[in-house]
Amino acid sequence: MSNTNLNIKQTLTRLNQNKLPSFSLAVDIQLPSQGITAVLGESGCGKTTLLRCIAGLEKDVRGHVIVNSEIWQNDDFYLPAHQRKTGFVFQDAQLFSHMTVKQNLAFAVKRSHTKVDNIYYTDVITTLGIAHLERRDSINLSGGERQRVAIARALLIRPQLLLMDEPLASLDAARKREILPYLLCIQRQFNIPIVYVSHSTDEITKIASHVLIMEQGKVVRNAPINEVFSVNNLPLNYAHETSSIVDAKIISRHQQWHLLEVSANGFSLFIEDTGQAIGDELRLRIHASDVSVALKEEQSNSIINKLAAVIRKIDIDDNKASLIIKADVTGSDSSLVAKVTRKSINDLKLKEQMTVWLQIKSVAILT
Amino acid sequence: MFLSDSDIDAIILTLKLASTVTFILLLLCTPLAYWLARTQSWLKAPVSALVAMPLILPPTVIGFYLLIAMGPNGPIGELSQSLGIGLLPFSFWGLVLGSLFYSLPFVVQPIQNAIEAIGTKPIEAAATLHSTPLSTFIYIVLPLAKPGFLSAAVLGFAHTVGEFGIVLMIGGNIPKETKVVSIQIYDNVEALNYTGAHTLSAVMLIFSLLVLLSLYTLQQQSKSAIFSVGR
Repeated sequence: MSNTNLNIKQTLTRLNQNKLPSFSLAVDIQLPSQGITAVLGESGCGKTTLLRCIAGLEKDVRGHVIVNSEIWQNDDFYLPAHQRKTGFVFQDAQLFSHMTVKQNLAFAVKRSHTKVDNIYYTDVITTLGIAHLERRDSINLSGGERQRVAIARALLIRPQLLLMDEPLASLDAARKREILPYLLCIQRQFNIPIVYVSHSTDEITKIASHVLIMEQGKVVRNAPINEVFSVNNLPLNYAHETSSIVDAKIISRHQQWHLLEVSANGFSLFIEDTGQAIGDELRLRIHASDVSVALKEEQSNSIINKLAAVIRKIDIDDNKASLIIKADVTGSDSSLVAKVTRKSINDLKLKEQMTVWLQIKSVAILT
Repeated sequence: MFLSDSDIDAIILTLKLASTVTFILLLLCTPLAYWLARTQSWLKAPVSALVAMPLILPPTVIGFYLLIAMGPNGPIGELSQSLGIGLLPFSFWGLVLGSLFYSLPFVVQPIQNAIEAIGTKPIEAAATLHSTPLSTFIYIVLPLAKPGFLSAAVLGFAHTVGEFGIVLMIGGNIPKETKVVSIQIYDNVEALNYTGAHTLSAVMLIFSLLVLLSLYTLQQQSKSAIFSVGR
């Protein structure tokens, strides 16, 4: 895939019955056109509307949509939805109820702008594990099956961009776990950029490479996954999500202690052995509230992961009990965030540029 | 109880009229009902009202105005004369025209309801699958709205069979041209031929019962079909 961007500027105002504005969207963003970009936000924040704007499903919207330097909308041009090379996966799948699974898939194949050969077709339906469902009526599928057919159908029009609107929201936890790996898999296998809308931080931290956070029709954060939650000024609703997300690789197994040692960008951590193989890549999440700061390497406590680091930034806010400290791990490009009480910062006389020890109480394994 | 030759002529004429009217109405009402189901224009209310008028107007009123309009000095009359068709009153095609107005709401409304019940979601889903609006209409809207079209056809047909007032006003009583079953029954009663009136009335009674029975069976099936869209 080229590294050109999705360039999206959209404004839209919806009026209520009394002709007063009830919702407005104002977005001006650049997104990478590779990997999975997650759009995160509470219900009603406009994330689905943004996705519908990209797909051409919202009529009264102004601005521009430029995808891989192809203009889909500007001031005097609006490419209708059926001519945009997007695949769209709806929250409730939207399979055509009067057709079988196979007919639903054929509907897409017939209308693809690029020819769909048998190899690609087989590849899609085997990747999504739906080959055995082809003859079924689309109304007799389980929620998870339906969603997999919908994803396959969207892939079969060979889109340049796959848009997914909370595809897991209507599924139970087990079905979610069943489908999430498929998403990573199709992104890698078909090398297609995905914009993925969700209200679930859990979901998006597992799969996203880039994250947008939206609030009240506006984008409040737009950053790669490794940076998006490691700041002190997350929107209030997401303040408890302040954390560092690091991609790591398993380097050794300590069978005796049931631990794995992983290396992440120049530092290493011990995590619980959950059965992965050496060399596997993992995504880890370290919540700021699970990291404490010590002035010297503490030997007299039970914490196993301790890292030397230099404080880069201390949040300043006299109205809070705890503040976020961002520190660069010594010998690495990574930085971690720690949530520390203002009193401790004062007592320990913590300052920017000081060398300290980060003590990590727990590491969550995301994938 | 046997049907006379003129009874059979009347039945054949009625069936011919009803089929012609139903066919034309399905063609005309499909785009109209689609527009009514989807539009947000202010014109929706006035157009709906006009379409529904025959539901409450006495057929004699529609017949009266049509008679004037189709007369030598009326707009339709002038048009039909300039096209070399001649005048429409007291002809089969005059009856067809009258019946089109009379049965319009019975065809528009079931189709409109069925299209409204589909909602926008399957149509949007089709658009995201690169389906042009025409292709979406043919492959998604028509099959999903099929029960509505069937109801519309049955109702339009049956309602045309049952009309009397308009026929009396603009059709008159010409055998094989405008003398439909309802007129034939009226004639029989006028002539005190009660046996003849009984026979034809019984035919109409059974016909109506069968039509309504098929309609309600259809509606029962369509409920599950229409409301399962997108689940």
